[in-house]
Amino acid sequence: MILWWIGNALLLLVILPVVVLLLRGVLDAARSIVPSVGRIAAAASAGSKDLDAAPLLLTTQEQVKQTVEVVANYGGSLDVILDDAD
Amino acid sequence: MPAAGVVLIVAVVLIVLALVYYLVSTIAALRQITSGLDEAIAAVGEIIEKSAPVNEIVVDINGNLDAGVDLLEGLLVKKAGLVDAVGLVDGLYPGAAEAGLRNFPDSQTVRAPRISEVYTKGTLTLARLGREAPIAAASPAGDVLRNVEGGSLEARLLYPEVRQSRPDRLARSPVIGTDSPEQYEPSDEPGVRRRMPNRGPAGESG
Repeated sequence: MILWWIGNALLLLVILPVVVLLLRGVLDAARSIVPSVGRIAAAASAGSKDLDAAPLLLTTQEQVKQTVEVVANYGGSLDVILDDAD
Repeated sequence: MPAAGVVLIVAVVLIVLALVYYLVSTIAALRQITSGLDEAIAAVGEIIEKSAPVNEIVVDINGNLDAGVDLLEGLLVKKAGLVDAVGLVDGLYPGAAEAGLRNFPDSQTVRAPRISEVYTKGTLTLARLGREAPIAAASPAGDVLRNVEGGSLEARLLYPEVRQSRPDRLARSPVIGTDSPEQYEPSDEPGVRRRMPNRGPAGESG
């Protein structure tokens, strides 16, 4: 009977607090991850929204091509009109 | 049942309750994490999808711009000469002479003439448009960009001659308004005066 009481005391005074302590640590760690994941999701969403203008690069590409063609034509004309330095 | 048995049962129940509370809370937190990660993964997937063609397009744009830079640098050096080209670039973009022209490594060692300190950008453009420009007329074969005296004297000829040599003989600007020294009578019809100045009434002179 004495051993039984000693076992009960160990259960209540040692094992139960240790179990609670460990589980509470796991729960705190899991809860601390939630806001970080939320921020990551928000940042990724904002980054995706920032890239909405990426298709406009196709227009830029075409405009640059046309501009360089115009510059090339203009340069060719200048090359004919102006004398060389040497 | 002995008292020790009751205490044992109470202890076990307390442990089980603690396990249930903390494990259920942990499961809830992990589900929130999973949901957040799902959102993040979806957004990251969009980023990857949207940015996929960017590299190819930017490389193409850079290629075109490189060709434009090569063309303009080559034309500038061909027409102005390496020294004046560096001076022009440094005049328009102060400090750019140190970097030199990309396709002309020798340009980094060229001492840039201080073209922009003598002439404005517009004058430089005019001078570079042709040796016939007024600024260049003084010495068409020489170093016209830095010929301050000759360039400015020739530029005066762009204006009417009287203004240059006899400015006192220029006609005075008319004074207008109700207090002007010369008052004109109202006409009978638009564009027809009743009497021409220094003549008789209209119709008598003929």
